[in-house]
Amino acid sequence: MSLAVEILISALLVIGGGFGLIGSLGLLKLRDGMQRLHAPTKATTVGVGASLIAAALATYAQTGTATWQGVMIAAFLFLTAPLSGLMLAKAHRHLSQPKLPVTGTAAPWAGEIPPKR
Amino acid sequence: MLSSALTFAIACFALALLLNLWRLATAPSMPDRILTVDTMVINIIALIVLYGAQTGTTTGLDIAMLLAMTGFVSTIAFCKFLLRGGIIE
Repeated sequence: MSLAVEILISALLVIGGGFGLIGSLGLLKLRDGMQRLHAPTKATTVGVGASLIAAALATYAQTGTATWQGVMIAAFLFLTAPLSGLMLAKAHRHLSQPKLPVTGTAAPWAGEIPPKR
Repeated sequence: MLSSALTFAIACFALALLLNLWRLATAPSMPDRILTVDTMVINIIALIVLYGAQTGTTTGLDIAMLLAMTGFVSTIAFCKFLLRGGIIE
């Protein structure tokens, strides 16, 4: 393994571990429920993505055989993190019921239970 | 250099998992608990993959992919349950 590849993989690993730790620290330290949604859905996703790409690169550099499962897991996590964040925001908004401004149209806010006719 | 970077990343994700356990024990509301368990699943995926990179095995990648799918579907199902009182409408 050449030195440049080793530096690249090490930088990706350090970035991944740091972002994963920052995500969990933000989940612990942020004040509001809606604020706490930010840290895991963004920082942890970047951290685990960098770690998965670094692990795939390290396996390719050590054994010479490429495995695409790591990149596929990273793509799957990048696709599903916004969806789970959206569902969690809807659940939080549904349970806390804050006062929202009127939408100005006939449609209610997204995630709001429409009134029974 | 690579082995020490791997050890650093594994230590970071293990510490993140401990912080998540603390958050899970002291979470004030139900969406916070779901969010914490979702984050724990993602951190465990990273730990499995990094352990596989340290030992040079690729068996953990299949486990990690299954865990990613299970974690996503369970998060969505739990949120649907909180929103509507049922999972399948």
